[in-house]
Amino acid sequence: MQALLRVQDLNIAYRGAGRSRHHAVQNVSFEICEGEVVGLMGESGCGKTSIALALLGLLSAEQVDVSGSIQFRGEELLSKDRRALRAIRGAGISLVFQEPELALSPVMNVTDQVAEVIHAHNDWKWERCRADAESALEHVGLSDSRRIFSAYPHQLSGGQRQRVVLAQALACKPALLIADEPAASLDARSQSEILALLGKLQRELRISILLISHAPEVQATLADRLMVMANGRIVEQGPFEQLYRNPTHDCTRAMLRAAAPASVTEDMDFEMVT
Amino acid sequence: MNPGMESKIGEFEPLLRVSGLSKQYVQQRPFSRKKIAVTAFQDVSLAIFPGKTLAVVGESGAGKSSLARCIALLERSSAGAIELGGRNLLGLSGKELFAMRRQVQLIFQDPSSALNPRLTAGEIIAEPLLIQGEGTKSQQRSRAMRLMEQVGLDAAWEHKRPLEFSGGQRQRLAIARALALGPRLLILDEALSNLDAANQTLILKLLAELQAAHSLSFLHISHDLRLVSEFADEVAVMYQGRIVERKTTRKLFASPEHSYSKELLASVRSVESILLERSA
Repeated sequence: MQALLRVQDLNIAYRGAGRSRHHAVQNVSFEICEGEVVGLMGESGCGKTSIALALLGLLSAEQVDVSGSIQFRGEELLSKDRRALRAIRGAGISLVFQEPELALSPVMNVTDQVAEVIHAHNDWKWERCRADAESALEHVGLSDSRRIFSAYPHQLSGGQRQRVVLAQALACKPALLIADEPAASLDARSQSEILALLGKLQRELRISILLISHAPEVQATLADRLMVMANGRIVEQGPFEQLYRNPTHDCTRAMLRAAAPASVTEDMDFEMVT
Repeated sequence: MNPGMESKIGEFEPLLRVSGLSKQYVQQRPFSRKKIAVTAFQDVSLAIFPGKTLAVVGESGAGKSSLARCIALLERSSAGAIELGGRNLLGLSGKELFAMRRQVQLIFQDPSSALNPRLTAGEIIAEPLLIQGEGTKSQQRSRAMRLMEQVGLDAAWEHKRPLEFSGGQRQRLAIARALALGPRLLILDEALSNLDAANQTLILKLLAELQAAHSLSFLHISHDLRLVSEFADEVAVMYQGRIVERKTTRKLFASPEHSYSKELLASVRSVESILLERSA
């Protein structure tokens, strides 16, 4: 398998007042192969989202120092200018944020918002973009209902909004999808639906996914390989099952062990329920 | 018979009693006179006892968050009654309501939009005290610092602003603010969903300690049945705007009756069972 993304010695430091620096990510190196799902876990504040933002060139140079190397399809992203990055964002690498409320414009109907992404990357007429947007929305489980296509984000539930964001991210068939807690705001049923959908699309389109999630169940469902972060560093990585069975680092143990059913559910017959 | 009215736990009077509560939103399309009524929830009845936790679970769009907002009186309900400690909240004057509000506090799912980005952590936590006119400036400040430590934040961070905290730390801030006025009922609207597993465990532990110490009641709105099972005494299952089943947590897990409850339970899966399925 060929490496689609190669990150080497990535350092991310946020500038504070005066000369103070907050080192969010330190000497992080990893690779993502074509068609591979790589999970990224770690407690809040350990630098997961900083990595996601750096991969898309979304960290402002005035406030953040980024050093190291990020190669996507063999090209160095850190030296690319604004314009080149814009062509990659959405079409090469796209991102699903944790909070759909912040990712969507409140004053545009959802079909237009998805069409806008398609329009930005293709020289197509608006009508064609809209038609494509509607099929992208159908793909993520928002079925052909006029109400949803012409709805504004505030008229949809949180789960439906997250699907719109997913449709946006997948509309231009990117090679790499960064999913930052894609299912955290969904209820149990749509969560498993979205994960199943992500898995299906990933196999069909052979896209790679960097899956950021602190939920062991989510990682278990999709991740081929898992990376565990603590205090800005990757402390352990390997196949998911290997880390789950034999974690060597305390942090891995805490992140994965916390998933074990607590005493309330432990003494119940889980076989019956599942 | 409304399923919410059937079961009663303990002989004590409930702290909160909601009966026949309904909420409708009226939507109007731009440039159109036609109004569409959307029912968020209908005829919801429930009771929460002092020191107990009631969880409301259901899928997105079931009306859970609307219910939370109506109980916290952030929105006007269309019909029904909300009683807190025996007083009907819907009949109170503005002044009486102001005093009652300190007894019910809300913690939202998304702390980044619930915290004012221009205030410091200390100011955010002290704001409820300031609004209710409690204590002097320095008392408010020391209370804020104590609360920060209680929720696992360093009190030395009191001058930091929300953007300098990570998502998990921001949620701790929101919890500290909610605790500032010593409420009797905390409404947790997906308050733990944005936290990682390790932090969830820590916050759950903290909430349990606070509950035991102050006889706090929790209304925990969540879609995560696994999380709920760890600390709710009772679970109410909400489906399409109605409470379709309400039972003790143990009973619900052992014998779910409604088809949606069964479906919900089936979606609670362990890592083991997922791995087993993947290797097949």
